[in-house]
Amino acid sequence: MIDFVMIWAVIIAFGVMMYVLMDGFDLGIGILYPFAPNEDSRDVMMNSVAPVWDGNETWLVLGGAGLLGAFPLVYSVLLPALYLGVFVLLAGLIFRGVAFEFRFKAGPENKGYWSASFAIGSTVAALAQGIVVGAYIQGFETENFVFTGGAFDWLTPFTLFTGLGLVLGYALLGSTWTIMKTEGETQEWAYRITPMLLAGVLGVFLVISFWTPMVDSFVRDRWFGNIAFIWLLPAGALGCAALIYRAVRRRDEGIPFVATLGLFLFTYLGLLASKWPYVVPPEYTLYDAASARESQMFLLIGVLFVIPFVLAYTAWTYWVFRGKVKVGEGYH
Amino acid sequence: MELDPILLSRIQFAFVVSFHAIFPVFTIGLASYIAVLEGLHFKTGNPAWAKLSRFWIKVFAVTFGMGVVSGIVMSFQFGTNWSNFSQMSANFLGPILSYEVVTAFFLEAVFLGVLLFGRDKVPRGTHLFAAIMVALGTFISSFWILVANSWMHTPAGVEFQDGVLHVRSWMEAIFNPSFPYRFAHMAVASFLTGSFVVAGVSAWYLLKGHMVEVNRKALSMCMWMILVLAPAQAVIGDFHGLNTLEYQPTKVAAMEGNWERQGNVPLLLFALPDQAAQENRFEVGIPNLASWILTHSADGVVPGIAEVPVEEQPPVGTVFWSFRLMVGIGLLMIAVGLWGLYLRVKGRLYEPGRFHRFMPYMIASPFVAVLAGWFTTEVGRAPWLIQGMVSFSEGVTPALTGWMALASLIGYVAVYAVVYTAGGYYIWRLMQKGITDEEPGEQDETAHPKRPLSGGGPIGETSPAAPVKGDWT
Repeated sequence: MIDFVMIWAVIIAFGVMMYVLMDGFDLGIGILYPFAPNEDSRDVMMNSVAPVWDGNETWLVLGGAGLLGAFPLVYSVLLPALYLGVFVLLAGLIFRGVAFEFRFKAGPENKGYWSASFAIGSTVAALAQGIVVGAYIQGFETENFVFTGGAFDWLTPFTLFTGLGLVLGYALLGSTWTIMKTEGETQEWAYRITPMLLAGVLGVFLVISFWTPMVDSFVRDRWFGNIAFIWLLPAGALGCAALIYRAVRRRDEGIPFVATLGLFLFTYLGLLASKWPYVVPPEYTLYDAASARESQMFLLIGVLFVIPFVLAYTAWTYWVFRGKVKVGEGYH
Repeated sequence: MELDPILLSRIQFAFVVSFHAIFPVFTIGLASYIAVLEGLHFKTGNPAWAKLSRFWIKVFAVTFGMGVVSGIVMSFQFGTNWSNFSQMSANFLGPILSYEVVTAFFLEAVFLGVLLFGRDKVPRGTHLFAAIMVALGTFISSFWILVANSWMHTPAGVEFQDGVLHVRSWMEAIFNPSFPYRFAHMAVASFLTGSFVVAGVSAWYLLKGHMVEVNRKALSMCMWMILVLAPAQAVIGDFHGLNTLEYQPTKVAAMEGNWERQGNVPLLLFALPDQAAQENRFEVGIPNLASWILTHSADGVVPGIAEVPVEEQPPVGTVFWSFRLMVGIGLLMIAVGLWGLYLRVKGRLYEPGRFHRFMPYMIASPFVAVLAGWFTTEVGRAPWLIQGMVSFSEGVTPALTGWMALASLIGYVAVYAVVYTAGGYYIWRLMQKGITDEEPGEQDETAHPKRPLSGGGPIGETSPAAPVKGDWT
């Protein structure tokens, strides 16, 4: 019998990964906004993601809807558990989302507000997502498949730290994207800040690596248990970090971004490996959280058919908008 | 005072949904209109179509942005405030909402980038294709959302096992009894919304003498649409009502303000329903008409609200009055369509006058009608989340406290107030700036030689009408 639960675990993991990588770099652009050298740079940076951010963010909606369809327990425990955090995340996404249109429609006297809205919204959304990751590592208080904890269980020093980690990580994606998509002064600036961001990300990475096993004995057993190849994942992440550093020094344009994607990929897989097969830790596994078999199958038929098309036309738009974005290259 | 998480969650959802709903109905209609304009431009090469398209794409971009962000909020509301409901209905609603994302959202979002920014980067045919894909995406999206919504009103094809709904037949569940009527009603509402907005703006421009040539075309197209669709909507609405009578009789009873099951029911024009007393005060009505509309016979029996216990009755006043508001606006729309036809026959459709001064006010009408319609149908379902199966109190998030629901409600109201005030202001600014000629530095992409265009600067600099021969629709 086909294990639909496992197939769906892979699909959802893939969807969330796509979201993190793709919305990650455009959120990163927003996080870096206040530090950009000048207004032209900000225009160029925003224009470099304007045609694609909407599609990027759709992966978040797919993650949400997919969870409801395949693992409803995750949806019905995590969202109530993170209630206030989810509000903050959504408020952040609202402010940054509308900034794309409003910033270019506003007169010079109001443009600054929408730049701030874009920057703060992006940072807050990234922070909130990092907190979600931390809260997931921490686990949730449940009883009979229902969340029973308090409104602020998710807010701890550990989760704030993972939040900070994701903000820095997204900023790194943003800076390496900027290296790839811009030229001149903006690119120079992105080259300068990338090593600093990389150092920050590695610092957080290190601290979390020591902190997590202390927070959670399950994770400790996983990492210091008998599966040695799990250590390949952090090794891969460190290898990518070294590659980013080298590529920036050699002033490569594309490799820093691709290597940052790799860094994220290995870290993400490491996180999944730490908790597998628990999706609502510490109580429930993938199999506890799964929806009915016939529902998983019904959705699978469509998704397997449609997702290749989605990926194809998404790739095509990235191709259409390839190349450097230039100053003054007009918005519609 | 005790804060009630259920009531606050209902208010929150009503607020978020109402705010969201006005964007899709507009963008669905407008996306199709833009696709038609792009198609006409592709086929005829007449730059007037391109000018109109460019302008409305800008308006579309701003509204779409606001619709997207309010939509993301909605998809998370199920989980945050109604987690038990999500858990119980996930086997059906989960796949349906996921299908919406993979078949519609990605299509809209990805091709929107090409539509907005790709005019000079892709061949003309590809740009037209992007416009069609965006329109198709909005339309498919409404298909799935109405599947989900209709199913909550007329659940079919499912059964409870251990407190969770399982799907017995996907076909029955998706094409549930009220789905065809709801979908048709909303689709036509979307096209009417697009038509009234474009007609109102075009009429206003004609009044100002701005870009007369292209705005005549736009007004003409929209008035044809309104003439056909407004009466069609009344017919569809009537069928929808009969379907509701069959599956949700209490809702229809509330819409009619009819408390006891009886024949010869009058159509109430005015009444103050008093739920405590289970009767109406100050009734004014047309004898037998409600019976006649609902059963096609003057003494036809219409169900009464009081047939179900008080705690299972919807708030009658809200349902009764929002229904009247929707129908009233619908009748006004039909009248406006006929007025347009009369002027057209007389050859005065483009002559600035009372009609052109009135049409801008009508811009609000489809939005109000859509919201009133949603209130009628959604409030009319109370106290059920899934009609007859799951109530509000069974669906709410167990861990949710009143203050959390209140805090997030205030938060959403504050965020929306800022964002949507700004959005409204920018749309207003776009309208004031008006339709511009080809952007500076842009090459004429048409194969035809450039025709003398009516000189359309900013509003105020009126331009002489310069009709191009053979272009009138």
